[in-house]
Amino acid sequence: MPLLEVNSLRVDYPTSRGTVHAVENVSFSLEKGKKLGIAGESGSGKSTLGLSLIRLVPHPGIIVGGCIKIDGTDIVKLSNHEIRAIRGKKVAYIFQDPMTSLNPVKRIGTHFVELIRTHEPTTTKEEAFKRTRSMLKNLGILPERINDYPHQFSGGMRQRIMIGLAIALNPALVIADEPTTALDVIVQAKILDLLEDLRKVYGMALILISHDLSILLERCDKIIVMYAGHMMEYANSTELYKNPKHPYTQGLLQSIPNIELEDQKLSAIPGSPPDMHNPPKGCRFWPRCSYATENCHLKEPPLIDVGNDHFVRCFLYGEKGAQQ
Amino acid sequence: MSEIVKVEHLKKYFPVQKSFLEQLFTRKLSYVKAVDDVTFSIKKGEIFTLAGESGCGKTTTGRIILKLAKPTSGKIYFDGSDVTNLKGEKLRLIRRRMQMIFQDPYASLNPRMKIGDAVGHPLEIHGLAKGEEKKKMVLEVLEKVGLTPPYQFINLYPHQLSGGQRQRVALARSIILKPEFIVADEPVSMIDVSLRTTIIDLMLTLRKELGLTYLFITHDLAVAKYISDRIAIMYLGRIIELGSRATLFLKPMHPYTQALLSAIPVPNPERKRKPVELAGEVPSPINMPSGCRFHPRCPYQKDICRKKEPKLKEIEREHFVECFLYDV
Repeated sequence: MPLLEVNSLRVDYPTSRGTVHAVENVSFSLEKGKKLGIAGESGSGKSTLGLSLIRLVPHPGIIVGGCIKIDGTDIVKLSNHEIRAIRGKKVAYIFQDPMTSLNPVKRIGTHFVELIRTHEPTTTKEEAFKRTRSMLKNLGILPERINDYPHQFSGGMRQRIMIGLAIALNPALVIADEPTTALDVIVQAKILDLLEDLRKVYGMALILISHDLSILLERCDKIIVMYAGHMMEYANSTELYKNPKHPYTQGLLQSIPNIELEDQKLSAIPGSPPDMHNPPKGCRFWPRCSYATENCHLKEPPLIDVGNDHFVRCFLYGEKGAQQ
Repeated sequence: MSEIVKVEHLKKYFPVQKSFLEQLFTRKLSYVKAVDDVTFSIKKGEIFTLAGESGCGKTTTGRIILKLAKPTSGKIYFDGSDVTNLKGEKLRLIRRRMQMIFQDPYASLNPRMKIGDAVGHPLEIHGLAKGEEKKKMVLEVLEKVGLTPPYQFINLYPHQLSGGQRQRVALARSIILKPEFIVADEPVSMIDVSLRTTIIDLMLTLRKELGLTYLFITHDLAVAKYISDRIAIMYLGRIIELGSRATLFLKPMHPYTQALLSAIPVPNPERKRKPVELAGEVPSPINMPSGCRFHPRCPYQKDICRKKEPKLKEIEREHFVECFLYDV
């Protein structure tokens, strides 16, 4: 049984200007200890997708359909009380901004101790502090700094602390939403290395959400490419890199500069991402697609199995959908 | 090729605010050395890039060149003449020839100003055109930056445009005065990946058509490699390496440049990535390390690095490095 199984997930944001279908019909699964990347530009629904996996979609968003099974339990059906036992313990979330996700008036140690003692009420304070010290050591932070406040740490250090808080209860799955976007490139590389080391030690599965396809290609086993709320392509990284099928993925790969290539010719995808209040009918990508036919304007393409564990939502590869 | 911009020994120190008690007990002022003795020149028609991590002083340097900030010391030359202390009318005349594009197209356009007015505003400020003539020029530049058909855009407000379109408006506004020199401060970092190339390519086309020179400021070395002719890497207020794009990427010499390059993600799942071998994080610019400011993090540090400050030296032709490793 896979650790995480998502089936036909749909998330809506009802707003005064109409309903935004932020995530539509997304299905995928993740095995224990594996790394999945979710790529997408702003408004693609990647963060909504990530947040829905721990039922933290911000107001007014609601999960309107589908199921999310974690170790066989459908968390969509759980009560608010039951889901709290899963958050942090089974699935942890690392947010983008390390500056605002820590409580500025609480010492770093307190963050950890509260977390541990809330989920494991039998743990003594001393034991919790002991665990915190050894966690700080794993994060590359001096254990003496346990009584410091968040503002006394740099951005990179704060993100290390966030990672520590996420893995403190040894969850089976960690979701990291743009964990390094606010950080400089050297710090970014070191944080991602740290995340990878700890992931191996603790045997966690990881979902990495990013707008930067380079990072995902480099660090994930499988990648989902999101566009305007739809899952456009789903394949393992090497396959996606060597054999991108969807015109959007192809365009995306051609627009990322690669520092190792000489005289690279980049090209852009024409047009711009759609207004999610009023997305194009049919395939969400057709207004920007150079292969679009009339069919694409009328009907939504199904997810097509092109073999080799590779799925693509595009009529170029057939008409009939796959049963995943 | 002649030089259009030259800066010599540019310094910008910001005094650090102290609490009342500290002011009573200490006389000494402390400073953030945002830019600390930077010298370089930009040739006519080239794209010169200042690259580095946040806080390295790249934006401050750009702002000083445009005279949006006053240097603590040092000289700025524009087209051969010293503009360091220009004021009033003379400064306004020079300003017409140099423009800036900012990072955030959501913040750099007045939300209550229609696109046509925003783009035409510089013409009014400089008293160059009014009425029909202004409108004609506005339509012309909008067309040039790819906002077509232009008459559909002049009556729109910024919120009706996407990020990419807004950045095009910012570009249109910067070229309407027919400047020779543009400082582009992270012009694509807030734009979606699929649209970045269009903005970069537009900048390259405009350079050709209008004979522009760019100072490109970025933290993204992959973009820098794509666009630049020459690149200067900054670290804590100093240029630590400067060279042509080819030399810098094929043969980075400063340990910091090497670390920076190794940290950049490469979109290739088959490439094995090496861990970045660099200790710690960028130190506070208030308590600068002694000697070479990079030494506490440098894997090759020697005794001399702690004691003396290295100088930027030409190690090979047109390739400058500030590091004792290459002292013979």
